[in-house]
Amino acid sequence: MAFSTIFGAWIAAFLTLGILSYLYRDNPFYKIAEHVFVGVSAAYWAATFYWTQIYPNLFGRLFPKDGPLAFIAEVDFNHDFNILYLFPLLLGIMMLLSIFRQFNWMARWGIAYTVGIAAGLKAYGYLSSNVLSQISASAVDIFGGTLPIFSMSGDSVFNNIVILVGTISALMYFYFSREQTGSYGKFTRLGIYFLMISFGASFGFAVMGRISLLIGRFNDLILFSSPDYNYGTYWMMLFIVVILGFWSFQNPEKKEG
Amino acid sequence: MNNKQIQTYSIGFLGITIFTFVLTQLPESIHIFQSERAVMFALLLTIIMVMLNEVKEARISADSIFLRTIPGLKAVEEAVGRSTEMGRPILYVPGIMDMNEVETVAGVIILGHVAQMTAQYETSLDVPVARSIVMQAARESCKEAYLTQGRPEMFNEDMVHYVTDDQFAYAAGVNGIMQRDKPAACMYMGKFYAESLLFAETGNSIGAIQIAGTASQAQIPFFVTACDYTLMGEEYFAASAYLSRKPELIAGVKTQDMVKLMLISFIGVALLSRALSDLGLTSFNLLTWLGL
Repeated sequence: MAFSTIFGAWIAAFLTLGILSYLYRDNPFYKIAEHVFVGVSAAYWAATFYWTQIYPNLFGRLFPKDGPLAFIAEVDFNHDFNILYLFPLLLGIMMLLSIFRQFNWMARWGIAYTVGIAAGLKAYGYLSSNVLSQISASAVDIFGGTLPIFSMSGDSVFNNIVILVGTISALMYFYFSREQTGSYGKFTRLGIYFLMISFGASFGFAVMGRISLLIGRFNDLILFSSPDYNYGTYWMMLFIVVILGFWSFQNPEKKEG
Repeated sequence: MNNKQIQTYSIGFLGITIFTFVLTQLPESIHIFQSERAVMFALLLTIIMVMLNEVKEARISADSIFLRTIPGLKAVEEAVGRSTEMGRPILYVPGIMDMNEVETVAGVIILGHVAQMTAQYETSLDVPVARSIVMQAARESCKEAYLTQGRPEMFNEDMVHYVTDDQFAYAAGVNGIMQRDKPAACMYMGKFYAESLLFAETGNSIGAIQIAGTASQAQIPFFVTACDYTLMGEEYFAASAYLSRKPELIAGVKTQDMVKLMLISFIGVALLSRALSDLGLTSFNLLTWLGL
C-alpha cells in the first residue's frame, strides 16, 4: 500500500480518536482536531465556493469568450454574456467593503436583497406545502364506508379521526390570542401530547441514524488497525492515551463550587 | 374575533373570490393569469388582507391586544440575569443556515433583543456564526441594540465571529467555545440539523441554562430533551413580536392566529363536503373542485 494512503489513514485515526477524546474532557488532542477541522473546512468552503459558484456562474457570465468584457479577462464556461450579473457582483463587492468602517452600511443592501428574495420565493412554497397540502391531507375519509373501523397500520376510520383531531388540536396549541384554560386548555394539551408523541418517534429515528454514523467511524478505525495500515489505530490510541494520562496528571480537573 | 372583524374579512374574502373568479374567466389570448393556481392566489391575497387589517388595528391599540404567555420567552431575560450574576458570557447560536432561511432571519431578530438585554445588564455576548452574510446581519443587529441602549462603547465587532461554513466543524468549534468559556446561558435560535444535539448536550454538561428556538421539525425533539426551554415552530416566530411589542410584529402574530382559524374552518368545510359526497348526498367535493 502506498505511503500516502497509510499516512492518511493514521491522520484519520488520530483525528477521530482526538475528537472522541472529548468524551473524557476538553484536552489538547481535541483542541488540535477541532482547530484542524475548523481551519481546513473554512478554507475548503471558501475555495469550493469560489471555484464552483463565483468563478463559473458569475465570472463565466460576465467575462465569457467573445463577450464585450473579454478584453479584461476570459472565463469560458459556455455561458453567454449577461449584464444582469453585474448586480450580484456589485452586491458582493459592497459586502466585502464592509471591512472598512466608513463603508459598513453597504453590507445592508446585500442582506436586504437576500432576505427579500428568500421571503418572496419561500412564501409560495410554504403556502403550497404547509397549508394547502395540509388541508387536503386533513379532509380525511370518515364516512366513505370503504375503510375498516380500526386497523393497526394503514388507513382506517379510527386512524383518520386521530389524524384529524391531532392536526386541529396541535394547530390550536399554537393559537396565541387566547389563554389556554378550561376545556379549550384541555384540547390544546391534547395537541401538545400529539406533538410530543411525534417528537419521540422522530427522536428514536434520528438516534438510530446517529448510531449508524458511529458504526461508520468504528468501521474505519477497525480497518486502520489492520496490518495493511501498520496498526495505525492502535499506535494512535496508545499515543493519545499515554499523552492524555500524563497531561491529566499535570492538569487535574478543577472542581467548581 | 369580533363582529367588525368578521364583517371586514367576509367582505374582503368575497371581493378576493370574485376578483380571482374574474381572472380565471379571462380569454386564453390574455396570458396574465394561471387558472390552476387560482386557489393559491386567493389564499395569498386573503393572508395579505388579514395582515394589513391587523397592522391597522395594532397601530391603533397595540397594548390592548392579548397574547398568551410563552414560558420560554420569559426565560430569556432570566438567562441574561443569571449570566450577569455569575459573571459569565451568553452564547447565542443563530443556526447553521444563511439569511435565506426564515428561521435564521427570526434568530437574528431575537439576537437584537438579547443584545439589548446584555447591553442593559453589561453582560458579555458571544455569537459564533456559520455564514458570512449572517455574520454581517448579526453584527448590524447587535450594533443597533447597543446603540439603542446607549452603550455603543460596549459593542465589539468580534462578539459576532465567523467559525466555518461546514456543519460539523462549526459544531466542533462551538463545543470548544462552550468548554473553554463556560457560558452561563446558551441560546440556540435558528435553523439546525444534526448538530443540534451536540450543542445541547455540551451546554447541558457545562451546566448552562439553555433556551432553544427552531422550526426544524426533526431537531425539536433533541432540544426538548436537552434544553431547559424550547420555543417550537410558531412560538419561535412569535418570539420577536413578544419581545419587541412592536405593533407590526404583534399584527403578524395576530394574522397567524386568524389564518389558523380560517384554515381550521376550511378543513371543517372540506371534511363536510367530502362526507356529503361520500354518503352520496351530493356529487360536489370542494377539494376536487379546487384542484387540491
